[in-house]
Amino acid sequence: MVVKVGMADLNVCASPDSIITMGLGSCIGVILWDPVSKVCGMVHIMLPDSTAISQNTNRAKFADTGIEELLEKVLLSGATRSRLVAKIAGGAQMFSVNTNSPTLRIGERNAEATKAKLKELNIKLVAEDTGDKYGRTVEFFPETGEYHIRAIGREGKII
Amino acid sequence: MSDMSIESITEQYLDVLAELGNIGAGNATTALASLLQAKVDMKVPQVKLLEFKDVGAIVGGEEQEMVGAYLGVEGDITGSILFLVKKDVAMHLVTKMMMGYASGEFGEMEQSAFKEISNIITGAYLNALSTMTNMCIYPTVPDLAIDMAGAILSVPAIQFGIYGDNVLLIQSQISDDIEIDGFFIMVPDVESYEKILKALGLIQ
Repeated sequence: MVVKVGMADLNVCASPDSIITMGLGSCIGVILWDPVSKVCGMVHIMLPDSTAISQNTNRAKFADTGIEELLEKVLLSGATRSRLVAKIAGGAQMFSVNTNSPTLRIGERNAEATKAKLKELNIKLVAEDTGDKYGRTVEFFPETGEYHIRAIGREGKII
Repeated sequence: MSDMSIESITEQYLDVLAELGNIGAGNATTALASLLQAKVDMKVPQVKLLEFKDVGAIVGGEEQEMVGAYLGVEGDITGSILFLVKKDVAMHLVTKMMMGYASGEFGEMEQSAFKEISNIITGAYLNALSTMTNMCIYPTVPDLAIDMAGAILSVPAIQFGIYGDNVLLIQSQISDDIEIDGFFIMVPDVESYEKILKALGLIQ
């Protein structure tokens, strides 16, 4: 079975299933994975910081609260805290319009906030494919730990 | 920061947006007809307030290849606009505009032609908004992305994400010899959002 994760959404999955989010742009697909129990989870975060925004009830929307919530969920699903590793993808800059809007650099800021949160939680980031200016569909396989990345007009990659 | 959320938008505001969509699409149809030298018809545009998870489906799936033109908005209000169509539809428009000289690929000339079309269409909407609110509003030069719908839509979705958990989208159907399903998303900055509502007399 393939578990689907939408925008500002999270879910968990275990081998032999896989977990997917389609058409990541400036958002980031964060994976937490326990290689022994083969339990994993994915959160599709949109914004870096829940404390900067008043409308912050959807925890999966933000890097800080989204990763915390995902951590709780994977532990409840049988993952062991000390074995968890992370893989991340996304954070593209889709447009380069000449305005001062900070939201245009949002992909980069999402990636920075994600890494900072993982570091704070002491979860090792073992692979990443972030930045650049194209959309990505990402699928994670907890059996092998492979994070498959597809993009239009590019070779697929596995991180 | 304002605590106004998209969810708190009144029925009345949606009506105003529908009206804006109507006038805008009307203007855009006229402008497109003269640009393409063809008869162009439009359907009544629909205004939709969507949850993030449903945004991809409405445009034909997150992985649908689309062309998006993204413009900044400046003047009395600030924000951004995204105009989005499926790639084959964009190519159809470009081919018409270039009178058969398009290569079938999105090269420099084709991209430039599509930017011009986007300027006309977004300009038509902004003119409508400008007239309704009595404000001076103009777009910046567009930037294009040819990519998955989900990835392109993540940009306005993130901007809406600052206010709430929904995306407000105007879907308009324009047809010449094929039906053109165009999506139009306007995201005013927080302060501008209130200015628009005030100018429309919806809040004090």
